Amino acid sequence: MARSVTLGTRLGWTALAWAIGLAIFFPILWTILTSFKTEAAAIGPPQLFAFEWTTENYTEVQSRSPYFLHFMNSVIIALGSTLIALAIAIPAAWAMAFSPTKRTRGLLLWMLSTKMLPPVGVLIPIYLLFRNTGLLDTRIGLVIVLTLVNLPIIVWMLFTYFREIPGEILEAARMDGANLKAEIIHVLTPMALPGIASTLLLNVILAWNEAFWTLNLTAAKAAPLTAFIASYSSPEGLFYAKLSAASTMAIAPVLILGWFSQKQLVRGLTFGAVK
Amino acid sequence: MATDHSRSTARLMVSPAVLLLLGWMIVPLVMTLYFSTLRYNLLSPGTESFVGFENYVYFLTDPAFFAAIANTLLLVGGVLFITVLGGILLALLLDKPIFGQGIVRILVIAPFFVMPTVSALVWKNMFMNPVNGLFAYAARAIGVQPFDFLAEAPLFSIIIIVAWQWLPFATLILLTAIQSLDGEQLEAAEMDGAPAFKRFWHIILPHLSRAITVVILIQTIFLLSIFAEILVTTNGGPGYASTNLTYLVYAQSLLQFDVGGGSAGGIVAVVLANIVAIFLMRLVGKNLDL
Repeated sequence: MARSVTLGTRLGWTALAWAIGLAIFFPILWTILTSFKTEAAAIGPPQLFAFEWTTENYTEVQSRSPYFLHFMNSVIIALGSTLIALAIAIPAAWAMAFSPTKRTRGLLLWMLSTKMLPPVGVLIPIYLLFRNTGLLDTRIGLVIVLTLVNLPIIVWMLFTYFREIPGEILEAARMDGANLKAEIIHVLTPMALPGIASTLLLNVILAWNEAFWTLNLTAAKAAPLTAFIASYSSPEGLFYAKLSAASTMAIAPVLILGWFSQKQLVRGLTFGAVK
Repeated sequence: MATDHSRSTARLMVSPAVLLLLGWMIVPLVMTLYFSTLRYNLLSPGTESFVGFENYVYFLTDPAFFAAIANTLLLVGGVLFITVLGGILLALLLDKPIFGQGIVRILVIAPFFVMPTVSALVWKNMFMNPVNGLFAYAARAIGVQPFDFLAEAPLFSIIIIVAWQWLPFATLILLTAIQSLDGEQLEAAEMDGAPAFKRFWHIILPHLSRAITVVILIQTIFLLSIFAEILVTTNGGPGYASTNLTYLVYAQSLLQFDVGGGSAGGIVAVVLANIVAIFLMRLVGKNLDL
């Protein structure tokens, strides 16, 4: 805002905003702090910083359970499903953005509508299909499901990015005799890359945190971090410090990615309805 | 510029995505519909028989169903109330001239990136636990009896957890909308001596109405399917006190192995979600300039 405000007003708003911001962030901060406490200190009287710092929880979490396996499951499932969905969605979004037909609009809205299908509506058939084909508790099974779950959002995001590439550039390239392959490699890919990267980023985050299919279709072997952390809900798993260490490691990668994807978040999750 | 050749190429490029989504949507949905007309229990395979609408009658007359519907509506409504109201206030605040705006924004958005099982377990154990939780320590510090949140008020507690997760989403979208507001109009209103509340009511709120609608519709779609937060905190209990429709269908089919009854519940969930989806699609479709 261009209006000048007094320093006092500005300091007042600043204090209020920081207080509320810190309050909202506090559970995350508390989790990170608790991960550096001993188990006894973690359930003892609350201490913000004045406790004996230890990193034993981080090594314990790995030695008590195959934490690294679950971490890799998350990486493979999130990245794998996003990359496969991108490979399917890029041509589709491309065609719809650059050679739209009368049916394109209806097609896009229909794709979006599949995202609104509540997962419980198809849980039982998918579960039984997976059981009968041996896909239960496999990484490949989850990659397949999450590819399909996120495909509509990926097509939509790519479509809104591709629409912003000016069509004249395409026509100019065609005038110069570029064929489709040359068009894609030399003209459009450089212009489309930022949009594709943003789409990739947001969807890796969504897939990393997906907690309906991952909880229902995995057990021990293919469980990603969402499902592994859920095992701490049993009473015998009540180790606050270790829960905190496992949680901190599980959310850190996405928290960092998330800071880069604030803008894409609005675009990707509102389907272009808010810009 | 669209020749026959390029048109057929375009069709070829779109078809894999369309066919996959068609398969993903139609095949399982038809199977669910079919299962919902069967007496089908996973514990006694091979005894499936056609029963028509019996599963629907059973499901729709089960007291658990009404509890689940009420809980679903309370959960969605409660979270929407907190996140939309809180989101508007936070977005207005973050739009003010503040030092370190970027950092505050990051702090506010962070909960959205925490996976559901982590946020639910952190709240359940480290905050709401009646013995070792932070709230219990705070209560004892001021001489009040600690409150057992998840046992005494399970649904309310889950609403708080889910609202914490979704407040960033509402805030971010409403902030984006506020920042696209024409500053001159506001300045003019201020020059004319319109008080802050009037400026909000007559200029800012109408400008936000579209973004608010989008927030409500999109959150509703996701909130109807809340599952992980219930699974790791209360398992739907005590009794059915925190069972929503999604959790009820899961419990019916994968815990009690009643595929027929669970499928009928799944179809009910699809119908409910569709009612919301129709409104959202209209809004999105209007904005699609094709």
